[in-house]
Amino acid sequence: MTPNPALFAPLLLVALAVFTWGCWKRLSLITLGKPEERGGSFVVRCGSMFTYAFGQKRVLAKPFGFNHFIIFWSFLILMVANSEFILNGLFPRVIKLNRLPFELYVTLAFLIDVATLFALVAVVVAALRRLIAPPYPEARTPEAFFILGLIGSLMVASFTINASELASFLAASGVDPVSFLAAARKVMPVAARLAAQLPTLQLELIHDVAWWVHALALMAFVCYLPNSKHMHILTAIPNCFLRRLEKPNTQPREIFAVGNSYGVEQVDGYSWKDLLDTFACTECGRCQNVCPAHLTGKPLNPRGVIHDIKVNLLDNGAALKAGKGVHKALIGEAAEGGISEEAIWSCTTCGACMEACPVFIEQMPKLVELRRHLVENEARFPEELLNLFENMESRSNPWGIAPSERTKWCGQLDVKPFNGDTTEYLLFVGCAGSFDSRNKHVSVALAQLLDTAGVSWGILGKDEKCCGDSVRRLGNEFVFERMATENVATFRERGVKKVITQCPHCFTTLKNDYRQYGLELEVIHHSEFLRNLVRDGRLPVEKTTGELGSTVFHDSCYLGRHNDVYDAPRAVIEAATGTAPSEMERNRGAAFCCGAGGGRMWMEEHVGERINLTRVNEALEQKPDTICVACPYCMTMFEDGLKDVKAENVKVRDVAEVMAEALLR
Amino acid sequence: MLIVVCIKQVPDTTQVQIDPVTNTLVRDGIPFIVNPYDTHALEEALRLKDRFGCRVAAISMGPPNAEGTLKKALALGVDHAILLSDRVFGGADTLATSKVLAAAIGKLNRDVDEVGLVLCGKQTIDGDTAQVGPGIASRLNYRQLTLVDKIVTLDLAAKKIRVSRKLEGRHEIVEAPLPAMLTVVRELNRPRYPKVAMRLAAAEVVVEVWNNQVLQLEEQSIGLKGSPTWVSKIFSPERVKGEILGDGLADPAGTAALLIEKLLAKDMLPL
Repeated sequence: MTPNPALFAPLLLVALAVFTWGCWKRLSLITLGKPEERGGSFVVRCGSMFTYAFGQKRVLAKPFGFNHFIIFWSFLILMVANSEFILNGLFPRVIKLNRLPFELYVTLAFLIDVATLFALVAVVVAALRRLIAPPYPEARTPEAFFILGLIGSLMVASFTINASELASFLAASGVDPVSFLAAARKVMPVAARLAAQLPTLQLELIHDVAWWVHALALMAFVCYLPNSKHMHILTAIPNCFLRRLEKPNTQPREIFAVGNSYGVEQVDGYSWKDLLDTFACTECGRCQNVCPAHLTGKPLNPRGVIHDIKVNLLDNGAALKAGKGVHKALIGEAAEGGISEEAIWSCTTCGACMEACPVFIEQMPKLVELRRHLVENEARFPEELLNLFENMESRSNPWGIAPSERTKWCGQLDVKPFNGDTTEYLLFVGCAGSFDSRNKHVSVALAQLLDTAGVSWGILGKDEKCCGDSVRRLGNEFVFERMATENVATFRERGVKKVITQCPHCFTTLKNDYRQYGLELEVIHHSEFLRNLVRDGRLPVEKTTGELGSTVFHDSCYLGRHNDVYDAPRAVIEAATGTAPSEMERNRGAAFCCGAGGGRMWMEEHVGERINLTRVNEALEQKPDTICVACPYCMTMFEDGLKDVKAENVKVRDVAEVMAEALLR
Repeated sequence: MLIVVCIKQVPDTTQVQIDPVTNTLVRDGIPFIVNPYDTHALEEALRLKDRFGCRVAAISMGPPNAEGTLKKALALGVDHAILLSDRVFGGADTLATSKVLAAAIGKLNRDVDEVGLVLCGKQTIDGDTAQVGPGIASRLNYRQLTLVDKIVTLDLAAKKIRVSRKLEGRHEIVEAPLPAMLTVVRELNRPRYPKVAMRLAAAEVVVEVWNNQVLQLEEQSIGLKGSPTWVSKIFSPERVKGEILGDGLADPAGTAALLIEKLLAKDMLPL
């Protein structure tokens, strides 16, 4: 039983072989993915890796993240200890920590002892958390407890080894036990205390048993690692390094040509990075805990989507490598390894999952790829979307209203057409601002504010077309491509350089999506523009709450999370009312979607609780007189929601309306 | 068996205005769409193709730019698309139009395959006559089943079709031998959406055009010359401004009484 290299070396070799085989078997599947550029910006990528992987920035965003932080850093320190353990096991006479220079040895021994304690405590906390209040119910898996038990036993064994060595040394050297242990406590606080408790007669046996427990647990961990979610230990760091440096707020273009297929039907349609994502997932559940679809009882779970893609890849991997067809479909079945169509259509593309993910997994783009397949290859989608798609294609607006009515919102206002030579800003009114009876008021308010501030602005009038946001998020890239191409041509023809939008969906599409067509516009959301006008003293406002009363602000996903505009709308409200709006429990980056993004605006919501009602109720907790929004979709969802909960006394106002009300007349 | 669907390119009527001087539709710059009722006829033909494996031909009479309409049909999955286009077809009323369409269907019947069904929309949204479908049936001596909202059974062996007709306040189930001409209503089905691959393929197809050299119709019986109908005037009816009666919120009962009185005076309430 004495540790000896003759027994340990072959066992270790087997463990390493199993580990390598496991890693190879899984990670080589990533090469089945399509090419995707994730190189360049080496320094920025290193910075991001240090901040998010080693610094655990996003992990620390939640209270239990600290526990993970402890485990992560303990593991890093204990890599020294475990390397020493393995090398010592192989070359017992040559390598031993205490052969290092004394000062270094003492420092390392102390760090290792403390890190072992921290890891043990953190593992116990993690186990208790999973027992008492798991991050999500399904997180209480035998696997989780097995791995936590394994790590725990490693730590206990490690203490026992060190303690028995200390005790043996003490017994053999004959020094004064009291002063020796007092000194040892300063170096190895836990092991020294444990040493004092060990029975002196069985020291060798205790040491040997602990050593083998440690050795076997370590090897078991190594063998098990690649076959479990603990693979993230290997993949999370590169995943942070390889993350998309820009926000994943857009989708890639597709090439339309005879013989091509579109989107993703089977798992090898994803990019290698998409597939790496699935192996980087820790199944922490943070994405599902912020997903509006999941939280309101829809059949979509972003964690499940990533898991199912992984399972599907593992199932089909061998066949795909051999160039054969898949035997498990990715789309259709709601069973493990498949994603149901209902789930695919439930996504609001709000991006909360991606914002929450500690290792930058991109759930949303993977769903849009599946939508692309359904729409473009199969022409299969919820029936409500047929009208939308046809209206968009034939009349370039979601309602199918005659394009000639696009300027009707102007009414008696003297709105000038945009002229590239003389007009500075194009006001891209947007479909809602042009056609939706409620949102026309926002357009009018904004127009008045721009005129008051003496801004040089104009509109495209009948030449304005829908930006195409909804069709792109819904996966109808073919129609989006046409709409974008037309709009980009119009912008170029008319010499548009600077654009003001009042809809975050137009905002993100013009700003981020059209860049793929070589059009670099200076796009500014009206909340930012109004904030700047106030800051520059161009809007004579009288701070008054007026009829608005107390306000609460709701972040639009495509303004906030997808484009990082959080402060401007709040500043506008504060400038107009004299007080900052109150905040809902979930705000800014953690804000909860209104339910209308990703084309959900045009779809029925049959399953579960309505997303907008959830959000309306959250807003009402602040007892506001007015809910302020900065997006026409949010406006509609809130007004509908307030009617449903019979709280019509609460007003909904766009930030432009709030500002217009405060305007000195 | 061949199913022929007659489709028409129409101006998007939500965007159409009437020229007050010439009394004709102002069509400049107005986008064209496939007549909405025809899209349901097309969908039904494609469903029958999916079910029975019969072939589908789409035909359309119109100017050369009506090719776009037929390409849409090709993108949805029709096997043949034929544009009936010739200057001498122009200016046709419903009678002359039905002659050209009937002649084309007859030619398909001879050259391609035996025609079992002709499907038309119940009417077009620009002319709104609902006469062309029945006209075709008369010329070809096919049974005509109008306002169909459901094909109950289609028995290809026995050459029989049974359909449900949507009439005002009731449905009528009718059976007829094939060949038959059906005009269809919107309730019949929900049209499909084209797949991208099919759209791209359709974009590359050159649609077959049949002119009068192909159809060999007597010029006196077609186009403007063969049209006994002419439009003397088109106008939007003037809307007479309504009247607000009482105050329904403050006094619902009193206002209702006012309304009844008014309706009785106009003899609009059967008592």
